Amino acid sequence: MSAFFLAPSVLGVALFFVLPFLVVIFYSVVNNPIQKRFVFLENFVRVFENTAFRLAAANTLKFSFVAVPLAVVLALTLAFVLERQIPFKSQFRTFILSPMMVPIASVVLIWQVLFHYNGVVNEFMVSLGGDKIDWFKSEHAQVVLVILFIWKNLGYNMILFMAAISSIPRDILEVAMLESATPRQLFFHIKMRYLSPTILFVTILSLINSFKVFREVYLLTGDYPFDSLYMLQHFMNNTFQSLDYQKLSAAAILMSLVMIVIIGGLFLIENYVGKDVEG
Amino acid sequence: MRRKAKRRTTDLVLTCVLAGITILFLIPIVFTICNSFMAASEITANYGVIFETGESGGKKFILETVNLKFIPDMVSFQQYITVLFKSPEYLLKFWNSVILVGPIVVFQLVVACLAAYGFTRYRGRLREIIFFVYIILMLMPYQVTLVPNFLVSQWLNLLDTNWAVWLPGIFSPYAVFLLTKYMRRIPAGILEAARIDGAGEWQIFKNVCMPLCKGAMGSVAILIFIDYWNMVEQPLILLSDPEKHPLSVFLSRINAGEIGLAFAVATIYMIPALLVFLYGEEYLVEGITYQGGIKA
Repeated sequence: MSAFFLAPSVLGVALFFVLPFLVVIFYSVVNNPIQKRFVFLENFVRVFENTAFRLAAANTLKFSFVAVPLAVVLALTLAFVLERQIPFKSQFRTFILSPMMVPIASVVLIWQVLFHYNGVVNEFMVSLGGDKIDWFKSEHAQVVLVILFIWKNLGYNMILFMAAISSIPRDILEVAMLESATPRQLFFHIKMRYLSPTILFVTILSLINSFKVFREVYLLTGDYPFDSLYMLQHFMNNTFQSLDYQKLSAAAILMSLVMIVIIGGLFLIENYVGKDVEG
Repeated sequence: MRRKAKRRTTDLVLTCVLAGITILFLIPIVFTICNSFMAASEITANYGVIFETGESGGKKFILETVNLKFIPDMVSFQQYITVLFKSPEYLLKFWNSVILVGPIVVFQLVVACLAAYGFTRYRGRLREIIFFVYIILMLMPYQVTLVPNFLVSQWLNLLDTNWAVWLPGIFSPYAVFLLTKYMRRIPAGILEAARIDGAGEWQIFKNVCMPLCKGAMGSVAILIFIDYWNMVEQPLILLSDPEKHPLSVFLSRINAGEIGLAFAVATIYMIPALLVFLYGEEYLVEGITYQGGIKA
């Protein structure tokens, strides 16, 4: 009977994701889809030696390395602030969450107005006595991207943290307070302990979202952006255009391996840190 | 007493900081909407320098610097009239978005409800493994999943048709994961009681489980909708004909000559998402919190 309920989804997932993924693995180790000569790691070496891939991987990692921790820490801070009894709490939550709903395509224009060479942000910097920066065509381009990323994702992460904070058992906090624990102890030994699964989860989600940042770059600057904005998805798109299946497959497998390693690592950390709290 | 006063000052300071952050967060949305009420000439004068391609300048008046304005010199609905009645291509692209997103939201939800029920009612080693595969798939970025999707669409000759976007969307494991997490919290006793009363499995699903999941389904529908209303990667790779692209991709290609329209089109594209948010914020927040913790 369970087969009846599971069948549509399992068949669909098998057909559109799992089976073709096996083919992708196959493609990644043969010389081409017609001859099918086994070449083992040759395709992977080709991907690694590709300068565009290296650039894209380096940029994506650099971006994730800055954007993900920022998105997690800022969201956690905001969640703690909103936990306090302050006025307009629910309005603040609504407004900070609202960017999540807005399609990126709709706000790209404003972003261009803000960060253009003669744009508002530069005007502001000049009025403070700074120098103008060519935001989209310099090393600073990633800063714009990080801001856009935080703007879009902060509310979502914050909601996850707020839910987690509200589910920290009150009685444990009260007992700790009765035994005269300092606020710092309460924070590090109880709250952070209970939050650690959520911190892990939000980190993973933000990481995945940071891999999606191609969307923003594409809408802002198109197929061939400035070097520092060239992301992995650009590489994939341009490889799709040349229909080089071997390269495409090898790159996809490499990326899935990296994701599995990162996520697995985060799970191990979480198991180690949060093993004594079951929540 | 002093401690209380101190706490109050902290709260006041925090409120001010939050207000500042909120204003920064709202600026992009508010600007886009305000600017959509400017006449074309005003937009060209204020922002022309950004989109100027060189020769297209002509005799138009364009300011040297970008002049960001909240309130138009003269409120005008000219842009909306042009978009809605005079240039059908935008409405066509908007319609493309609706056609692409609508079936995905509906059918992903249907498929996911069935599957989530299957994963909830019956547990076994095999099903746990399948569920784990779903989680892994859900966590993979587009760079990975689009390659298999593309290959299948090619074999089935679906490339460049809406089916190439619809089918992977409908079978995406995301909604299955969320709904399973929700359904597993329904006390097993409720479903078991229905079975003892003689209800068949399908009746339990339809008459007991589904009514309990109404809220969750709303939340999940909203999450699917936002995700696909904003899609860029899938159409770029799976639909090579730009005529079929949704507005989310097309908006970035509005050229210099039509920047006047761009704000109006951007606002129109935002409206469905903002309406969903306005009416469904509580559902959305609830939906997000189902995810708190990957472990099932």
